[in-house]
Amino acid sequence: MLGGLRSIIARDVRLSMRRRGEVLNYLVFFVIVVTLFPLGVGPEPALLRTMAPGIVWVAALLAAMLSLQRLFAADYADGTLEQMLISAHPVGLIVIGKMVAHWLLSGLPLTLLAPVLGLQFDLPQKALAVLTLSLAIGTPVLSLIGGVGAALTLGVRGGGVLLALLVLPLYVPVLIFGTGSVGAALSGMGAGAQLSLLGAFLAISCVVAPWATSAALRVACD
Amino acid sequence: MTTESYPLGAQAGSHGNWLMKYAAPQAFFPLAGKMIPWFGTLAALLGAAGLYVGFFVAPTDFQQGEVYRIIFIHVAASWMSMFIYVVMAGWAALGLVLNTRLSGMMASALAPTGAMFTFVALWSGALWGKPTWGTWWVWDARLTSELILLFLYFGFIALTTAIDDPRRADRAGALLAIVGVINIPIIYFSVQWWNTLHQGASVSLTKSPSMATTMLTGMLLMALAAWMYSIAVALWRVRSIILERERDAAWVRELRGQE
Amino acid sequence: MSWGSFGNFLHMGGYALYVWGSYGVAALCIAAELGTLARRWRAAQRRP
Repeated sequence: MLGGLRSIIARDVRLSMRRRGEVLNYLVFFVIVVTLFPLGVGPEPALLRTMAPGIVWVAALLAAMLSLQRLFAADYADGTLEQMLISAHPVGLIVIGKMVAHWLLSGLPLTLLAPVLGLQFDLPQKALAVLTLSLAIGTPVLSLIGGVGAALTLGVRGGGVLLALLVLPLYVPVLIFGTGSVGAALSGMGAGAQLSLLGAFLAISCVVAPWATSAALRVACD
Repeated sequence: MTTESYPLGAQAGSHGNWLMKYAAPQAFFPLAGKMIPWFGTLAALLGAAGLYVGFFVAPTDFQQGEVYRIIFIHVAASWMSMFIYVVMAGWAALGLVLNTRLSGMMASALAPTGAMFTFVALWSGALWGKPTWGTWWVWDARLTSELILLFLYFGFIALTTAIDDPRRADRAGALLAIVGVINIPIIYFSVQWWNTLHQGASVSLTKSPSMATTMLTGMLLMALAAWMYSIAVALWRVRSIILERERDAAWVRELRGQE
Repeated sequence: MSWGSFGNFLHMGGYALYVWGSYGVAALCIAAELGTLARRWRAAQRRP
């Protein structure tokens, strides 16, 4: 079973790496959005320091959302998805595999890039570490919840905006605890509580999202 | 759309179970038609009574003056806005488990009314906030959750109207409603956390002064009126949906022939 | 609760804008919902 999971992840990563440009585009988008904020609100370091967690996290939400559209779209269009649904593999496993692959190519690079962007905002070292950690815990949730939205909007007209409309309100807790942890680190309090709540949310999403996504894929391929 | 693909609706007659019988749109359609006037009348009577108590019986609030009278519409609307979402998710879950057609129709019939009440709750909350807190909007946990609830309603309506096949629209909407209803307590909790963390908005709605019995009576009457209204409107909308979806079915043609 | 006069009732102790603004918009929303519903119902009945 784990072998099947690994092969699904490997396949998706390989397919995406063939179009390296697209993967890179989301990262560039993330960097540009984050860079625009200081230009918009002014270079005051104290202001930027307090706004940094929110800016980085919102940019991460938007970047994740953009990349979500492609999570199932290609496999749906060429009929591979339908084959997968009737194959011997459990659907939940396929879904988890695709979500892991999505995270490896969207959430993980964002997480690795975040400390560098944090430097733009004059974040102290401890806050940078917490920001990275919060993204490491939080971005998988974005892939998981986003997967439900991506599956629900498969082949639906106006899919892109619709996906944003469905998924962004559901991202609210991740945003709050993600930014809250960095805020707590900045103000000298421990970020442990927020990070564990983020972890709890990740655990819930791990249970609910694959189930809902499999059900949504079955509805879409009916 | 043929009825053969829905085993439950087709078998309804032979089962004799009345609940299952009315799960078939064909059987539910006339029943709903009979219920609408009752619920509509109840809503009007309760609403009139609630407004009378609210405006002519309940005394002036010694702290807030007359502006507190917004409470009668505000509380009724916000209760209904949350209640309808939960009921919607309940219908959705029922539809997924039992594969009944009517459940999905009920869920999509409830959504616009729920969104309407959410909007009314937000609007009256803003108009209440301005004179009492001095601002139209505070990022209070309840207000923020209510706003996100409005977005969830919009998402549900947008998704179900974007999918052309009604069967698929129902089931996709049902999944979204269930995921949403799991998320609502988490959203509320996280917003509350966030609110206590940022002490900017220190006003709390929970510290309401002890309420006169007549105020409570008015509030309950208005809430009941909103409930009855929601049922009447949802039933009316579900009748429209049934007609729209089953316009080619024999029983609908027959119905039209009689008119 | 005695308002004294109809003018006082409309005045709402100086909060007329807020109180009637809330109830007015609520009434408008309900009227709009019933209106669209009535149109939808008639259209559904008429469609052959």
